[in-house]
Amino acid sequence: MSPAAKHTPGDRPAIIDIQALSYRWNDNGPIVLGIDTLQVAAGEQLFIEGPSGSGKSTLLSLLAGVTSPQKGAIRVLEQRLDRLGSVERDHFRADHIGYVFQMFNLIPYLSMLENVTLPCRFSRQRRDRAIGRSGSPAQEALRLLGHLDMAHDELLERPVANLSVGQQQRVAAARALMGSPELLIADEPTSALDTDRREAFVRLLFDECRESGSTLVFVSHDRSLQNLFHRTIRLADINTALQAQRQAG
Amino acid sequence: MPILSLAWKSLLNRRFTVMLTVFSIALSVALLLGVERLRDQTRASFANTISGTDLIVGARGGAVQLLLYSVFRMGDASNNLSWESYQAIARHPKVAWTVPMSLGDSHRGYRVLGTNGDYFEHYRYARKQALSFAQGTPFSDLYDAVLGAEVASALGYRLGDPIVLAHGASDVAFARHDDKPFRVVGILARTGTPVDRTVHVSLQGIEAIHVGWESGAPARGLSPSAERARTMDLTPEAITAILVGLKSRIATFQVQRYVNDYRAEPLTAILPGATLSQLWSLIGIAENALLIVSTFVVVVGLFGMLTAVLTSLNERRREMAILRSVGARPGHVFALVMGESGVLTLFGVALGFTLLHVLLFVAQPILENQFGISIAIGAPSLYEISLLGIICASGILIGAIPAYRAYKLSLADGLSVRV
Ligand SMILES: Nc1ncnc2c1ncn2[C@@H]1O[C@H](COP(=O)(O)OP(=O)(O)OP(=O)(O)O)[C@@H](O)[C@H]1O
Ligand SMILES: [Mg+2]
Repeated sequence: MSPAAKHTPGDRPAIIDIQALSYRWNDNGPIVLGIDTLQVAAGEQLFIEGPSGSGKSTLLSLLAGVTSPQKGAIRVLEQRLDRLGSVERDHFRADHIGYVFQMFNLIPYLSMLENVTLPCRFSRQRRDRAIGRSGSPAQEALRLLGHLDMAHDELLERPVANLSVGQQQRVAAARALMGSPELLIADEPTSALDTDRREAFVRLLFDECRESGSTLVFVSHDRSLQNLFHRTIRLADINTALQAQRQAG
Repeated sequence: MPILSLAWKSLLNRRFTVMLTVFSIALSVALLLGVERLRDQTRASFANTISGTDLIVGARGGAVQLLLYSVFRMGDASNNLSWESYQAIARHPKVAWTVPMSLGDSHRGYRVLGTNGDYFEHYRYARKQALSFAQGTPFSDLYDAVLGAEVASALGYRLGDPIVLAHGASDVAFARHDDKPFRVVGILARTGTPVDRTVHVSLQGIEAIHVGWESGAPARGLSPSAERARTMDLTPEAITAILVGLKSRIATFQVQRYVNDYRAEPLTAILPGATLSQLWSLIGIAENALLIVSTFVVVVGLFGMLTAVLTSLNERRREMAILRSVGARPGHVFALVMGESGVLTLFGVALGFTLLHVLLFVAQPILENQFGISIAIGAPSLYEISLLGIICASGILIGAIPAYRAYKLSLADGLSVRV
C-alpha cells in the first residue's frame, strides 16, 4: 500500500493530491503552510479543522488556484496546479471549483438568480452542464435554489442584501454548485449561522454534493460539525510550518 | 461581454453618485464646447464685419484705433480729415469708389454715422454681401435717418418715427439736437455686424445739426432753425474716415503709399483684413485663456470621476474577491473598473453635448437679440468631434488608474478579504 492510500477511503481515485508542498505569502516572509502529503478522494466530504492562523484559508487558496506554491506538487483533478500559469488556474477554477465564503457571498447589485448563474458567465463548461441538466442556467439555478428552499417568488425578487445571513449562505451554496463543479470548497460557511442552522446547512450541502457528484472540502474551527463528515483533518497536525514554529518557540 | 454588463449593473446600483459624476463631466463638456463654439462664432463674425473695402483712410494715428472707430463704432477719432483730402483721394485714378464717414454723434447709446448714398451701395460684409433694406429706402431728405436692425428692434422704431440725435457719445439733455429731429425712412436688414447698431444720416444732416455748435455746445442765437438750415451750404469741412474701393487690388500698396505720403495733412491708410487679424491676435489671447480655463474644467471633471471610482474601490474589494472565486481573472476586474470609467465618460460627454444644444436652443434668440451674437446650432464640426474624442479617450485612459489599482488589489487579496 502506498503512503498516499492511507488517507483515501476505499479505492476511489484521488481528486486532490498534495506532495511536499510549502507556501509563503511573501518572498521573504515565513513559510505559513507546509504539507508533506494529503489526498482527498472523489466524492469525499472532508472536514478541515484548525485554530485561527493555522493556514486553512491559505490551503483553500492553493486548492482553488488563486495562489501557487513555491515548492511541491499540488494536483487537483489530475491537473498539476503548481505548473499552470495564473490565467490557466483562473480558468481551471471557473470550470471545476465552487467556492463558498464565510459571509458576504453575494454581489449586491445582482439579483439572486444572477448571483447564482454568475459562474456560467466565466465558464463555458459549467454553463453547458447547467443547460444539460435543466435546459438553461436560470432553470438550473431555480432547481438548486428550490432544493435549498430559496425558490420562493417573494425571496427571488428581494435585493440580495436584504436576505438573512442564513439565506445568503444558501444562495451562495447554490452558486457554488451551479454547473456541477467537481470540487466544492467552503471556508467557514457556517460561522455566521446559529448552531441549529449550521447543521441544517451542512446537511443541505451534503445532499447537493452527493447529487451532483461533487467532492466537498469544508473548513471550520467549529469541531461540533466534524462528526457529520467522512473524515476530519487537523491542519495543525499536518502543517509542518506550524510544527517548525512550535519547536522553535 | 459579461464584464460590461456587470459594470453596467454595478453603476446602476450606485445611481446617485454615478449621476453626480456623469453630471459634472457633462457640465464641463458643455462648458468647453460652448466656449469653443462661441469662440468660433465670434471669430467668424469678427472677420465678417467688413469685406470688399480695400483701404480705410483716417487722420494719422494707430491702425487698430482707426479700424475700431470706423468699422466697430468703438472709441473716437483723435483727428478728422479735410473734405479736400477726401476729394483728392476720391479722384485718384486707381480708386473705384469711396464712402465718406462722419462719426461723433449718438442716439440713445447708438452711434450715428453721417455718410452718403454710396454707403448703401458699396459697403460689404461677410462674403461680399451688400446691405439690404428690411423696410423703407435710403435717406433722401436732409433730416432722413436709416436705422440698423438692432437699433430699430431694441428701441421699437418704425418707419416715420421721429428721432433726436445727441452731440457726442453721451445722450444728455443739454447736448441734444432737439431743434432738428430726424425721421426714420429706412430700416436695414440684420447683418450681425456693427451696422446693426448704427443710425445712418446724410453728411449734410450732420452738418445741419452742428451749425452754431462749433464750440461743442449750442451758442445762443447762433443755431438756425431746421428750415433755415436747408438753405445754407452744408458741405462738410471735415469727415472722420473714408472707405476706399480700388479698381484693382494690385494698386493697394500704391494707393496706401499715396495716402500715407499725402502732403496737405497727415493721413493713414490701412488694409482692413490685415488690421482685423492684428486686432484679432489681441482679442485671441483672452479667448485662448477662456479655452484653457474650460479645458481645465474638463480635467477637473475627469478627476472627479477618478476620485469617485477610486473611493468606491475599497468598499468593493469583497465584490472583487467574489468575482475571482467564480473564475474571474484579475484582467476581468481590470476591465470591470475600466468599463465603468468608460461608461461614465461616454455618458458624461453625450449628456454634455445634449445639454449644450438644449441650452443653445433656448439661448439662441436671446443672444441674437441682446448681443447680436448669432450661434449656429448644427452638426458638430470636425474639430468639436475630435475634441469630444479626446475627452472620451482621456476619460477611458484615466479609468486605467483605478482599474490598475483594483487589479493589484485583487491579485493581493485573492479570495481572502475580510469585511
Ligand atoms: N493575503 C495574505 N497576505 C499575506 N499574509 C496572509 C494573507 N492571508 C493570510 N496570511 C497569513 O497567513 C497565515 C495563515 O492565514 P490563514 O488565513 O490561512 O489562516 P486561517 O487558518 O484561515 O485563519 P482563520 O481561522 O482566522 O481564518 C496567517 O499568519 C496570515 O497572517
Ligand atoms: Mg480563514
